[in-house]
Amino acid sequence: MDKEERNSNYNLYVESKIPKTRAWPSLFKAFLLGGFICALGQGFYDLYSYLFPNLAESELSTCMLMTIIFITCFLTGLGVYDVIGAWGGAGSVIPITGFSNSISSPAIEFKKEGIIYGICVKMFTIAGPVIVCGVVGSILCGIVGLFM
Amino acid sequence: MINIWDYVISFLVGGFICFLAQILVIRTKITTARILVLFLIIGMILEVLNIYAPFREFAKAGASVPIIGFGATLARGAITAAQESGFIGIFTGGLSAASGGIAMAIFASFIFALIFNSKTKRGGH
Repeated sequence: MDKEERNSNYNLYVESKIPKTRAWPSLFKAFLLGGFICALGQGFYDLYSYLFPNLAESELSTCMLMTIIFITCFLTGLGVYDVIGAWGGAGSVIPITGFSNSISSPAIEFKKEGIIYGICVKMFTIAGPVIVCGVVGSILCGIVGLFM
Repeated sequence: MINIWDYVISFLVGGFICFLAQILVIRTKITTARILVLFLIIGMILEVLNIYAPFREFAKAGASVPIIGFGATLARGAITAAQESGFIGIFTGGLSAASGGIAMAIFASFIFALIFNSKTKRGGH
């Protein structure tokens, strides 16, 4: 049996062993979870606009996002967010909770490798690209803004 | 004071964005980091094209909670700072606008990483 044929057979075998995500239920769950997190965010936004009426809209937004990020880190620490993520798929990734979880999850997981090389380094294994693309992209946007 | 419509539209729009992302996940087996970066860039593009502000006005938290809103905040910060303080604003604007979220994510992760030990993974990412 030549190498290519063996490789393609192996790929087929792997394909058949990968658990199939059934499309519709997972789409529906992602919709529900994502929608729920956004509605929760709106709840915090309304709460803060009631408590601090003289804050600007963008500051209220920041407060709301910080609250959600904090809660997500806490839930990740408890191990609850993994369960939520396994249920809701992309519904747990796309809201800001996904960003927050992507920082806290490796930080907690690699704690045993020490504070510097475990927590501080591994914290950015997933979120690093997000921050890098965010910074580079924002600078490009700023350059565009100069000419607007 | 509390407008029920805000919640309904947040739920529907936020849910729909996650729905689209889930389609991508099923079709392409895209990784978490890639999908976050993809939607971040979409947010920036929306902001540069001036589509995000009316979208935010319409969808409330449904627009600002998804990572799209994070990208838009970075882009808006850089654009505003560039127009107000010129060249230096290009570099300072983006991160200072998004600093609250990034600082809280890093701080809370660090504190909770010190407090909690990792649990056995039960799937997910």
